Amino acid sequence: MISEFRQHVIENLAKPKVRANFRKAMDGLMQRRLDQFPDPQELDRIRTQAQAIRANALSKLPELLEQLEARLTANGIHVHWAETTEQANQTVLAIMQQHDAKTLIKGKSMVSEEMGLNHFLEAHGIDALESDLGEFILQLAHEPPSHIVAPAIHKSRQDVAKLFNEKFPDIPYTENIDELTQAARTILRDKFYSADIGLSGVNFAVAETGTLCLVENEGNGRMSTTVPRVHIAVTGIEKVVEKFSDIPPLLSILTRSATGQPITTYFNMISSPRKPGEKDGPEEVHLVLLDNGRSNIYSDPELLATLRCIRCGACMNHCPVYTRIGGHSYGTVYPGPIGIILEPQKAGLDVHGELTQASTLCGACGEVCPVRIPIPTLINRLRFEGVRKDASTTPGTGSRRKLQEAAAWKAWSWSASHPAVYNFGATAATRLQGMLPTNMSAWTNVRSAPKLAEKTLHERLKDLGVADE
Amino acid sequence: MSKPDTVYFFGTCLIDLIYPQAGVSAIQLIQREGVQVIFPQAQTCCGQPAWNSGYRDEARAVARSQIALFPKPIPIVIPSGSCAGMMKTHYPELFAGQPDEAQALEVAGRVYELTEFLVDVLHIELKDLGEPVKVAVHTSCSSRREMGVADRIETLLDQLANVTKLEQIRKAECCGFGGTFAVKQPEISASMVLEKVDTIRATQADRLVGQDAGCLMNIGGAMEKQGAAIPHQHIAEFLWERTNMASTPLPSTPLRNHSHRTERPLNEAAARSLSGVEGNKETAQ
Amino acid sequence: MNNSAARANILQRLRKETPPGLPLSGEGRSCTLVADASCSSPDKGRLGGVSSFDWDKAERVRRFTERMQAVRAEIHHADRHNWLEVLVEICQAKGLNNLLLSPNTAWGQTITAQAERFPSLRHYDQPIDDWKEEMFYGIDAAFTATRGGIAETGTLILWPDAEEPRQMSLVPPIHIAVLETDQLYTTFAAAVQKQGWVETGLPTNALLVSGPSKSADIEQTLAYGVHGPKELVVILV
Ligand code: SF4
Repeated sequence: MISEFRQHVIENLAKPKVRANFRKAMDGLMQRRLDQFPDPQELDRIRTQAQAIRANALSKLPELLEQLEARLTANGIHVHWAETTEQANQTVLAIMQQHDAKTLIKGKSMVSEEMGLNHFLEAHGIDALESDLGEFILQLAHEPPSHIVAPAIHKSRQDVAKLFNEKFPDIPYTENIDELTQAARTILRDKFYSADIGLSGVNFAVAETGTLCLVENEGNGRMSTTVPRVHIAVTGIEKVVEKFSDIPPLLSILTRSATGQPITTYFNMISSPRKPGEKDGPEEVHLVLLDNGRSNIYSDPELLATLRCIRCGACMNHCPVYTRIGGHSYGTVYPGPIGIILEPQKAGLDVHGELTQASTLCGACGEVCPVRIPIPTLINRLRFEGVRKDASTTPGTGSRRKLQEAAAWKAWSWSASHPAVYNFGATAATRLQGMLPTNMSAWTNVRSAPKLAEKTLHERLKDLGVADE
Repeated sequence: MSKPDTVYFFGTCLIDLIYPQAGVSAIQLIQREGVQVIFPQAQTCCGQPAWNSGYRDEARAVARSQIALFPKPIPIVIPSGSCAGMMKTHYPELFAGQPDEAQALEVAGRVYELTEFLVDVLHIELKDLGEPVKVAVHTSCSSRREMGVADRIETLLDQLANVTKLEQIRKAECCGFGGTFAVKQPEISASMVLEKVDTIRATQADRLVGQDAGCLMNIGGAMEKQGAAIPHQHIAEFLWERTNMASTPLPSTPLRNHSHRTERPLNEAAARSLSGVEGNKETAQ
Repeated sequence: MNNSAARANILQRLRKETPPGLPLSGEGRSCTLVADASCSSPDKGRLGGVSSFDWDKAERVRRFTERMQAVRAEIHHADRHNWLEVLVEICQAKGLNNLLLSPNTAWGQTITAQAERFPSLRHYDQPIDDWKEEMFYGIDAAFTATRGGIAETGTLILWPDAEEPRQMSLVPPIHIAVLETDQLYTTFAAAVQKQGWVETGLPTNALLVSGPSKSADIEQTLAYGVHGPKELVVILV
């Protein structure tokens, strides 16, 4: 039987247009990133620096969260804690209800995707509207994002044109990207004008100053955090950094790694609600700090590196698997290499463990990660977690252990550590275990079967008299 | 390091079974530089397939039996970025906290990928005796990102006067082999290797060379399945052939059919009956 | 609604002793080392792609201009004497019906003194709630000062305040900003340090603005003027 993940993969591999969209976009993003880092040594240095900043923040995480809370509170921002997405959703709902609010306008936030906030609010009669152009398109299409930075990357301009025409018949049909963008501007401007509450994510939260930082190009993030009377920010507990001086290097490596921009159009640093005498800005600002499995990841000294992530998306842009199967195949909020390591740790290896197989371990992700998360190493570790026999902190540990497979590895291991057996008794198929399928059709669908040489290297070298010790 | 008198050679399972000529050529290249080669006959596998499948205890047992085979303080040369990477970068992880951690680290410290060894240690100088030929190079991900030696194969080829290197697009992209990956995710692996084949064919090279047998088996196998394959060769075999007087001229048929080995196809039935190991196949619940 | 149980649980989990589990793999160990070694001084932070920045003022202006123009911002070079002329011309060229500004900044006073040369001048003299509709649908352009600029990235630093509130640089379709070249720093880090942001305390909202609003969400193709200003005009003085 073919797993759900593989079914998604097979479906998505069979969509040549979508695949072409991904390929083109990823090629472009890779090139633009490369152009931003002409000097490999400089890149090396700033990656080390970014890694150090994030690792430092994580090493003091509980203290920094307390400091952040204290500073934000002193600045007049309300801080809420949520262990689960359910608690986070309830918190947002409670704030909305306090204000008798019916409409929410959203800046782009992956944590709100993680919470399933839109669905949740809808069920409570609240209209949550995405305002990031990509997210807006996807909301119209009832689709989840397929990329964490460029959510609608799988859509062509024709797709968007058709969608707009269907949803807004008053607007003349156009495939012109500028015109489509202007149409979205016009529609959303009214929504910004009238929305009761704005919601955003957070890219970095600075403990030292109590500042929430947002990175964006469109201005919808600024709109969502400036125009409505109340602003709610949602973020994972790992997003905190210690000092304001940590921000310039992180911002720089984030935008350059993500989209190959030296900087985004807007970098929005929010430290308080509207102060007396100020004429605009929200009167209330809330921050929801979401755990949702992060503190558990934190307990493992190796897997902890997962939390260094600054969500630049470079790992997916460079992933040959993601490029082909697209973000939707993963069936998770975060796709690509970061999703492979993050999602099974949050939901459990029993739920998303197969994703750990969706990598050739080619290392392209780890090579570009701006905070040097050793993604292939962590994938390997999670494969181990999936089949290990003893207990560990990762949810779903051991759930991927299959009796037959385990027995086969045991047999292989025994023979390969007994050379006399291995070299003279074991079959080729046993010796190449794991590298060649026992079900050869998986291999021979697109390849000819590997052909065994008449004599092995061992035999040839013996014949040639090459020394044995 | 300076040129050693003697080195160990670790042949790898794929070369042992499928591309032994590459192993023989690698040893001949080293010997020609005046360096003795020891091939411990008790060697089996570096343990990588189990390691990458998460079976760490099983991988460690195999690795443990291997590190015992290289007691002398001399380099261990491996004609594969992937197996060299296993020993050099993953043995330290695999043995961390184990009683024989020090021994594993010591062994790891002596590991060289073949092209790295030829260039960095032997400073080999090659004289091209072959006819003009156009080659495409596939550099393996492990030699590129794990070992950081992907450019050595280029350095070697650049020494050959009659060899023209052709560059395929997205050269650094993985071919989709990934060891267990080709087995566990055959659809994705297939789409990757087919695109890789397209880019290599587009160069119109006469030959494909690489430093990892896994990638070659994958890419070469896909080309053979399509027909009119560009012949592929391990870099060791290619270098030996180009620089050895007794070398045979470039064949017009795929190399794997010309060489002096007779081959037995490892078909599905054979594989099954040989191994009796069905459990290796991913079965989703 | 501060969920104190959640808070306590999260912090407790984060403070839990790391279980004696697996030994760290190579990368894990080196991370810890890096954290220990270089994190005590993260102030080395710098945006740069080059090893040293000793750009003089002319070079800073040149780079700022180049970067800004690369993202379709309009740059005008002026001086203390002719900036007003330049602004008049900009307003004419764009056919503005009105211009939103603060009459109380030094720049605003100068403009207001020659109001007859400008389109109708509007003042942000009441809370937004009292004139939101006009702000959203009636203002053609806003003029603001800036707190400085960043040469490396082609960036304006804005600290909106009661005189020049946040929406001025956000809602109208055109934002005209004046930047004094004395306040043009090499990098973001340099600006933060030299202007003493941390010491002074950050404002309600600090902003870096690098060009007009844009998006590449459709086919990775740049389109300008999404939700923020469609045009950014910078007068360098
Ligand atoms: S894992 Fe690294 S490359 Fe991937 S999104 Fe996070 S920071 Fe970026």
